[in-house]
Amino acid sequence: MTVTSKRPIIDIRGICKTYILGEENIVHALRGVDLAIEEGSYVAIMGPSGSGKSTMLNILGCLDRPTEGQYFLGGDDVARMEDDILSNVRGKRIGFIFQSYNLIPQLTVIENIQVPLIYQGCDLKEYTDRAVDLANMVGLGERLDHRPNQLSGGQQQRVAIARSLINDPLMILADEPTGNLDSKTGLEVLDLIDKLNADGKTIVLVTHDPKVGDRAQRVIHMKDGRIDRDIRNR
Amino acid sequence: MNQYQILSTIKLGIKSLMLHKLRSILTMLGIIFGVCSVIAMLAIGEGAAFEAQEGIKSLGSNNIIIRSVKPPEDNNNQNTSGRSFAVRYGLTFADSSRILDTIPGVKRVLPERIIRENARFGRTIVPVQVVGTYPFYPEIARAEVVAGRFLTVPDDRFKQNVCVVTTGLANQLFPYQDPLKHAIKVGENYYRVVGVIRERNTAEQRPQSGKMEGEPIDNNVYIPLSTATSRFGETIVRRTSGSFEAETVELHRITVQMEDDEAVLTANNQIRRMLSARHEKIDYEVIVPLELLLQAKKTQAIFNAVLGSIAAISLIVGGIGIMNIMLATVTERTREIGVRRALGAKKKDITVQFLVETVVLAIGGGLIGVLVGITIPFFVTYFADMKTIVTVWSVLVAFGISAIVGILFGIYPANAAADLDPIDALRHE
Ligand SMILES: Nc1ncnc2c1ncn2[C@@H]1O[C@H](COP(=O)(O)OP(=O)(O)O)[C@@H](O)[C@H]1O
Ligand SMILES: [Mg+2]
Repeated sequence: MTVTSKRPIIDIRGICKTYILGEENIVHALRGVDLAIEEGSYVAIMGPSGSGKSTMLNILGCLDRPTEGQYFLGGDDVARMEDDILSNVRGKRIGFIFQSYNLIPQLTVIENIQVPLIYQGCDLKEYTDRAVDLANMVGLGERLDHRPNQLSGGQQQRVAIARSLINDPLMILADEPTGNLDSKTGLEVLDLIDKLNADGKTIVLVTHDPKVGDRAQRVIHMKDGRIDRDIRNR
Repeated sequence: MNQYQILSTIKLGIKSLMLHKLRSILTMLGIIFGVCSVIAMLAIGEGAAFEAQEGIKSLGSNNIIIRSVKPPEDNNNQNTSGRSFAVRYGLTFADSSRILDTIPGVKRVLPERIIRENARFGRTIVPVQVVGTYPFYPEIARAEVVAGRFLTVPDDRFKQNVCVVTTGLANQLFPYQDPLKHAIKVGENYYRVVGVIRERNTAEQRPQSGKMEGEPIDNNVYIPLSTATSRFGETIVRRTSGSFEAETVELHRITVQMEDDEAVLTANNQIRRMLSARHEKIDYEVIVPLELLLQAKKTQAIFNAVLGSIAAISLIVGGIGIMNIMLATVTERTREIGVRRALGAKKKDITVQFLVETVVLAIGGGLIGVLVGITIPFFVTYFADMKTIVTVWSVLVAFGISAIVGILFGIYPANAAADLDPIDALRHE
């Protein structure tokens, strides 16, 4: 591991995740992972299906807790924190982008972008401008009152990106964000993510696609719940 | 959780419910029916009870009323051979003074004769009840003198041919004239009208023997008791289906006014015992309005309890309906729950979100139920001519219970939603 000038925003040590499904049926999704990710970096996680990429990302996103090991997020050990505090960490520090967009169907574009604000106890009116700016940034300024089912997949994913940014998080976690998109719209979404990284956001992105991996500064290959290779592009 | 969160949660709840309008309304139906049936049934029950109790109260709850009743004719011989004889039965002046002298707690005793006759003024003839009574009748019956005066002690002492008529009768006999300037003919004699009184319960029926049948009391002519005895005599001959029937009755009614409610209940038994010793046959009946009132209240309490149970059951059924739909909603929106958790929602936030939806459903149903519930009695009164009373407390109770049902039956689905694992929820198809 090379020494960098930047301090790690993510620092995980000896993370294991074990699912006990039955007496004889124990799944080791992660078998001791050490990883440090610096602030502002762009990391792609690749690897075959079932290698533990999503499990890893969920733990990084504080959606899941490791069975063993430590996880320092911005210096705080979050591996053993209570549910409510983890919710807070997710709401404040982490932005999620999902493969299947996961917008809330009964809400409009602008309302979807504002959802994370609700859980920070913000007055949504005060943040309308910010939400509109984000919608403009992802190119949906004209469709603020549309519902998700009135948007294409690419547009929905861009709303999700705007939503992930509303709380100005430390990092963006994306699990196969282009997996459901055709290659052209996929590229547009990836360009948008590149731009976020250029603006200083830390990005961790799970993908199958080597071309997507090429955009990242660092590519981590996983295999059987372990880090197989850790390649820095630049 | 601050005010913005609460507000946006409520907005979101309404929005989610509006997304499935038909489903939401169907879900509310249980509560709507529950609440509106509670209010409507209570209003009808309350109205009926009010009428019954008013009827009884108009007799005076401090009073004990004893009426002469013709005993069943057990001897046929006497009937056929006694055609020329008058049947003698009923209360006597001796009974009256005996009660006044010996029963403790008696304030006043009012002996009366009641005779059916026709009253005539000009060409108008109206069947009336002639009541021979004492000057203090209005105080006991709580009747109101609306014109002129009531009978006086001198009227009674000198057996004056004066009378006081009830408002209803005055209207029939003197539609265009002042009754006080005229005399009416009742039986063989003329009586000068000295006053008009309004009965406490005009046009209503007086309960007899605890039943709500009885005499209309608005066609009454009140004359001094002494006058009644001397003008009409003790024996009254009535023509029934061709044959004559004569009865000798000294007093038709004795109203005993007691000092207070307590005295009523003790005197009741004493009077019954005394009368049964003095009378061979049971040719009288004792009516105790207070007892009837207590009985009516007891009946009302039972009625309310039954209503309450029906209401509780229907509201519980409504609540189960809501819970059922909310569980389905939670399953249907599992993914949304996962997304919200990922975006920073705490378990509590999810609980509140779904609880708010249930409570909005229940309270919405409750409100509609209240509206329907207070209009139904109106129609019942209009079409079935029954008195109904919508009480504020029944509305509050029905509405309050619907809100409580919403919360109680909402807690389980809301907690089920909050307890979902965020990752499982996100993966849910
Ligand atoms: N909730 C779970 N219960 C049991 N096994 C699980 C669960 N989640 C993931 N796994 C298992 O853990 C392993 C890693 O899964 P995942 O991280 O989703 O892989 P990837 O995203 O790389 O395809 C797989 O073998 C998967 O079956
Ligand atoms: Mg995966």
